Order: sequence, then structure tokens, then C-alpha cells
Amino acid sequence: MWIYEKKLQYPVRIKNPNPRMAKYIITQYGGPDGELAASLRYLSQRYHMPIPEAKAVLNDIGTEELAHFEMVGSMVYQLMRGACPDEIKAADVGTYYADHDRAVYPSTGTGVPFTAAYIQSKGDPIADLHENLAAEQKARATYEHLINLADDPDVIDPLRFLREREVVHFQRFGEVLQKVREYLESKKYF
Amino acid sequence: MNHAHTDNQRKELLDQIRAIQFMTVDLNLYLDTHPNDCRAMNEYNYYVRQLQSLKREYEMQYGPLMNFGHSLSPCPWRWIEEPWPWEEGI
Repeated sequence: MWIYEKKLQYPVRIKNPNPRMAKYIITQYGGPDGELAASLRYLSQRYHMPIPEAKAVLNDIGTEELAHFEMVGSMVYQLMRGACPDEIKAADVGTYYADHDRAVYPSTGTGVPFTAAYIQSKGDPIADLHENLAAEQKARATYEHLINLADDPDVIDPLRFLREREVVHFQRFGEVLQKVREYLESKKYF
Repeated sequence: MNHAHTDNQRKELLDQIRAIQFMTVDLNLYLDTHPNDCRAMNEYNYYVRQLQSLKREYEMQYGPLMNFGHSLSPCPWRWIEEPWPWEEGI
């Protein structure tokens, strides 16, 4: 089961609302390479992992992604908080506001709602681990794009933390892939 | 002013907890793929002990950090106390 800890993994303290930035960032909440997709992907794939190291890594990274999901949601919440309708209109976030007010809704910046079609759970550990390696790189690239779009240090700081975690996760998945390969090879020549 | 002071102290303590917990998260993931690295294991245990004592200190002052039976609460139930993490960067 999961226990909630009443704190963010890394602090999000955004002083100035910025609806346009919220619209850019929300894709990491409910978009194709976002944290929700990552978490659901790993937590669903862990069931069919063949070795203890792989089960543990998918379980634990899937859990850490939930903490990142919360950080991204907090960023969107704080960026929308206190923005008046005129600001929202000027930032071209009116279409989002019409559907969701300032609420946090898992979707891309262009309003495409979250779908499990973003992820795969193939049942083949080699195929799934390759997907995860790609997913971490895509998320890293997205965070870099978001950092390029941001000018507020309050926004850039947590984005940099999240980017860094993708790099670490990629490293761990690479190690798991190697171990799973060795395990499958050893079974073949048993 | 007194309120702001407490707020800052709280954030400072939480930032300390976060820094130590970051070590435990990162070492945990490392140990998942290097379960025989005893040096990393000792380091992990070292940070776990620090984390436990910092969390106890925090909870004594600011109420439960965890739900579902992992933290004690005085009366009234302090879990519902604001702010929540997404509100003030807690």
C-alpha cells in the first residue's frame, strides 16, 4: 500500500502566477511523457518482471514518479492561483479556463485529456524496459523544453530537479535491463 | 512576525528532512540494482537514522507527517491542519 507524506519531495514555492507557464507545464502532469504516465507504466509493468532487482526498481521508481506528479500538480496550481480572467485570456489560457477554471486537470497543454494509450505494459520485460528507457529520455527532453520556456527562478528550480531525476531513473533502468538480459540468457543455456 | 518566524523554522526543518530523504531515495534506487554494495547499505542506514530523528522533531512541533498509522496525533486530530504541501511549498 502507499502512505502519504505531507510534504513535497522538493519544494515548489512560486510567488507569481503565470497561466501561460501553467499551460506549458501541465503536459508533465497528464501528457504523453508526463509523470502520471510514467508512474502508471512502471507500477503496471512491475507485476511481470522476472528478477527481484527489476521488481524493486519498477516499484520504487513508480512510487517516486507519484511524488513528481504531485510536484508538477503543485506547480500548475500555484501558477494558476490568483490569476484573474483577463490575465488568463491574455496568456491564451481561456480555452483551459472555460473547461476547468483554475483547476488541475490531467491533460496536455492543448487540452488532450490523459489516456492510458500513452503507456504500454507488454508482458515482455525486454520490450517494456526499452520503453522505460525511452520514456525517461522523453521526459528529460520535455523538462529541458520547459526550462527553455521559463524565466522565473521559482519555476526553473523544481524543473531542474525533476530533469535530474529522469537521468538517474534512466541509469537504473539501464542496469535493470542488463540484469534481466543476463538472467534470460542464463535460463536459455541452463 | 512571530508567525512568519515559525513558518521559516518549519520550512528550514522540512528542507533538512527533504535533503536527508533525498539521500535515502537515491541510495534506495541504487541499492535496488546493487544489493551487495555494503558500503552504500551502511550509508543508507546512516541517513535512515538521521531521517527518523528529524521527522520525530518535526512531528512534535507541527503534527503528523504521515497518515494511516505512521504518526501519532494529539487531540484534536492534527492531520487536517493546513497548509497542505501544494499550498505553501511545504
